[in-house]
Amino acid sequence: MLNILWPIFIILSVIYSIISGNIEEVNTGIFNSLSEAVELSITFLGTICLWSGIMEIAKKTSIISKLNKLLKPFINFLFPDLKNNEMAKQEISMNMIANILGLGNAATPLGIKAMQTMQKANKSKETLSNSMMMFIVINTASIQLIPTNVIAIRTSLNSQNPTSIIIPVWIATIIAGFVGIFLTKILIKKVR
Amino acid sequence: MANVINYISNLAIPTIIVTIIFYGLKEKAKVFDTFLDGAKEGMEIVFKMFPTLLGIFLAVGMLRTSGLIDGIVNLITPFTDFLEIPSNILPLTVLRPISGSASMAVAVDIMQNYGVDTLTGIITSTIMGSTETTFYTIAIYTSAVGIKKTRGILIAALAADVAGMLASTVICRILS
Repeated sequence: MLNILWPIFIILSVIYSIISGNIEEVNTGIFNSLSEAVELSITFLGTICLWSGIMEIAKKTSIISKLNKLLKPFINFLFPDLKNNEMAKQEISMNMIANILGLGNAATPLGIKAMQTMQKANKSKETLSNSMMMFIVINTASIQLIPTNVIAIRTSLNSQNPTSIIIPVWIATIIAGFVGIFLTKILIKKVR
Repeated sequence: MANVINYISNLAIPTIIVTIIFYGLKEKAKVFDTFLDGAKEGMEIVFKMFPTLLGIFLAVGMLRTSGLIDGIVNLITPFTDFLEIPSNILPLTVLRPISGSASMAVAVDIMQNYGVDTLTGIITSTIMGSTETTFYTIAIYTSAVGIKKTRGILIAALAADVAGMLASTVICRILS
């Protein structure tokens, strides 16, 4: 996707800036954006290391299995087809936990594992199964407890209260999640 | 009300950290060594991410300074005024499902220009926190197992994104 978008963005910008007389701004913009990328990465370095470290501790404790138990009713409701597929359910709940804790980088590898397990039970190998549909939509819904990346950015931009967005994020995520799950339940029934 | 919400928000992160460390101690894990192992992995993630971030910042920075984004925003402002969405967050709503790092760069840019703690800044943050890079997520999961037919989940996922963005705008307006 970015192999197409990236060059289009750059070429269009240069052409447009020449037409509109903004070429000087674009020239300074190039170098400003480089230092912005460096600054942001340095802030990221701190937060991502913190959460990876904390998550590593969580992995060594019984918290993970406790959360698994907590998620069971949701998983049974969302994935009725996986009734006897304990392996898939376990992997899905690990993926959800990583998502909930805002660890996108941990969530994706776990999610791919879950997809592979579900694919084994999938009857038509080129078409998404019902459970896979639901699983992907939930992963696009960004269900997370602490939006760590956004908080990191707000902190780096000197916000007076970087964490003030947590509750609005919760409400918006829940609404988006409901819409996604509802539509997917319809699609599962209507589209074969 | 706003104070209570703020307090809960402030409480969330320290509580999670302390709970996890408490369990680590209780179950006799080597808490600090384990933390270091995880943090090292975190460093690798950031180093791997940096080139992408730089490339995207470059393209988006050029797009913005050329005046092209402003031009597009001017074109669609009448529609978004109708929906009461601040027009300066439009580039974000368009980029968000397509590219995580590009939308992140745009979000940073919006917050730098209009203020982190203004209504626009808070809506921007809420949208970033409550939506995902839909195209990327679907592409990764389907390609990992060789799926070709997706039975319309892109529509469901995009509808969820739109719902999340509209909800973000409304909620932030009500709370501020």
